[in-house]
Amino acid sequence: MYALEINGLGKVYEKGNRALNDVSLRVPQGSFFALLGPNGAGKSTMINILADIVRPSEGRVTLLGHDLFSERNWCKRRMGVVPQEIAFDPFFTPHEVLRFTAGLFGCRPDEAWLDELLERLELTRHAGKKARQLSGGMRRRLLVAQALVHRPELVILDEPTAGVDVELRRRLWDFMRELNAGGTTILLTTHYLDEAEELCDHVAIIDRGQLLTAQPMRTLMREIASSWLWLNYGRPVTLTDEDQVALAGFEPRGSEEGVCLKLGQSQDGQSTFHQAYQAAVARFGPPMDAGVRREDLEDVFLRLTGHGSQAQGSGVKS
Amino acid sequence: MSQMNLTGARALFMREVRRFLKVNMQTIVTPALTAMLYLVIFRYAMGDRHVPGMEVDYFTFLVPGLAMMAMMQNAFANTSSSMIMGKVMGMQIYLLMAPLSAFEVVAAFLLAAVVRAVVVAAAFLVVLLPFVDFSMPHPGIALVYGICASLMMGGMGLIGGMWARDFDQVAMVTNFVILPLTFLSGVFYSVQQLPPFWQAINNANPFFYLTDGFRYGFLGVGDTDPFASMGVVLVSVVVTCLACWQLWRSGWRMKE
Ligand SMILES: Nc1ncnc2c1ncn2[C@@H]1O[C@H](COP(=O)(O)OP(=O)(O)OP(=O)(O)O)[C@@H](O)[C@H]1O
Ligand SMILES: [Mg+2]
Repeated sequence: MYALEINGLGKVYEKGNRALNDVSLRVPQGSFFALLGPNGAGKSTMINILADIVRPSEGRVTLLGHDLFSERNWCKRRMGVVPQEIAFDPFFTPHEVLRFTAGLFGCRPDEAWLDELLERLELTRHAGKKARQLSGGMRRRLLVAQALVHRPELVILDEPTAGVDVELRRRLWDFMRELNAGGTTILLTTHYLDEAEELCDHVAIIDRGQLLTAQPMRTLMREIASSWLWLNYGRPVTLTDEDQVALAGFEPRGSEEGVCLKLGQSQDGQSTFHQAYQAAVARFGPPMDAGVRREDLEDVFLRLTGHGSQAQGSGVKS
Repeated sequence: MSQMNLTGARALFMREVRRFLKVNMQTIVTPALTAMLYLVIFRYAMGDRHVPGMEVDYFTFLVPGLAMMAMMQNAFANTSSSMIMGKVMGMQIYLLMAPLSAFEVVAAFLLAAVVRAVVVAAAFLVVLLPFVDFSMPHPGIALVYGICASLMMGGMGLIGGMWARDFDQVAMVTNFVILPLTFLSGVFYSVQQLPPFWQAINNANPFFYLTDGFRYGFLGVGDTDPFASMGVVLVSVVVTCLACWQLWRSGWRMKE
């Protein structure tokens, strides 16, 4: 069963600005799902369509098997959304805001749960302040708490950690992980890719309204992330045409300190580390230092979004 | 199909009531004082004069008119300010994200507007109790007209607030639409005092029937037949509420 099945979702804003183009995506139930993309990619547009804040131009969505657009209220009761834009009611305290939000979602007052939310989001000390007296990070945490008041089965967070300090960010993620372990599906966007890589088991990358890839994190990292051999010569290296020919197949790159060679697999399934090293030594002599670096999510992300068509090509190739 | 979310509607209603209670200086005391000020000024300006063609003196004539004007203006202010504030501060999205039907949202807003209107009018009238003789020949009519006026103005405030993009635009609607409509609804005069042209304008103003009917309930005198006007009033109220419902349902000016 999928928490979300998105089919052919598209959005054209007024004035013909296309923000989403035929996006199809499945979010497995119980997954911890990262929706990544550069600024303006269409992440918030997608989330706001799910939240009923923006109208879709085309496409279908089901939530836990129910049609999102025809069974809106059923779906809304099972979904909690943290908006990207900070929203707050200046007259009310965090505690009042939570009680009110719970009411909106049709929940009977459950003070124990509200207190727990305040506690987990480190707002207990500020529960009696007016919202306008809270700092930016506190307001963001209050939004997270608001999304959880009705114990939703799917939690969608649009940049929940923007402006939240390191310590609290970590605790927020711990809390999300706990919820996820309890069966809650979590979909989030973030620009902290290292956090996404560490936390999430699924990832989708969109750019300019197009879905570039959507896979389990491990598959993506195994199939798209590559390893690079770096050799340090203690001087900048500029590659000549001859170097290019001799090292063809390793996608050589000169750098400030030496060279980098991309590693792959030879026919018998072995890493091409040995060949690459030999080839480099043959051209430049023995390095002062060397090592292998595996690409992380950030590298993959930059590669996929950096140069459109080539990026998609490399995704297909591997 | 989907069941009602009464808890949600109640929560919204309570928030709307709390919102104006929290700033009661601005939302209750000031409007009641303003009405009082009008009363005092006109009392001295007009002396003991009687309203032409009616059995009442000007002071008594003014009291229900001013109460009605305060109700209308405050009902409008309640919904329009809450709406624009929600939009500007961004928290209106919670009403869109919550499992609330358009009916529930509109009902909660309008009921809160009625409560605000009644509280302001009551604050004004209670102070006057020792000075004015309210015999109130038709309290039922006064009540119906008061509630209808608040509903209608609350509805117009909802629509105005949805339409507006910022506080300035709300102020514009208040100053250029609501103030003239309420000032010209026969609060300060009987239409019989007016030249024919202005009488015609008055008769086209739905709030004139509201004010006049309300006054009839209070004093038993008026320019129109309150039972005949009831039709106009009920139709206007229903149309306003339906417009609110339909606009909210369609996400007008709220959803991209
Ligand atoms: N209300 C709107 N009206 C018109 N265009 C919009 C509107 N909101 C967003 N857009 C456009 O839609 C595109 C996608 O925006 P969106 O906010 O979904 O991006 P995002 O992926 O969330 O970016 P970010 O990482 O900066 O939050 C952008 O080109 C943006 O300019
Ligand atoms: Mg965004």
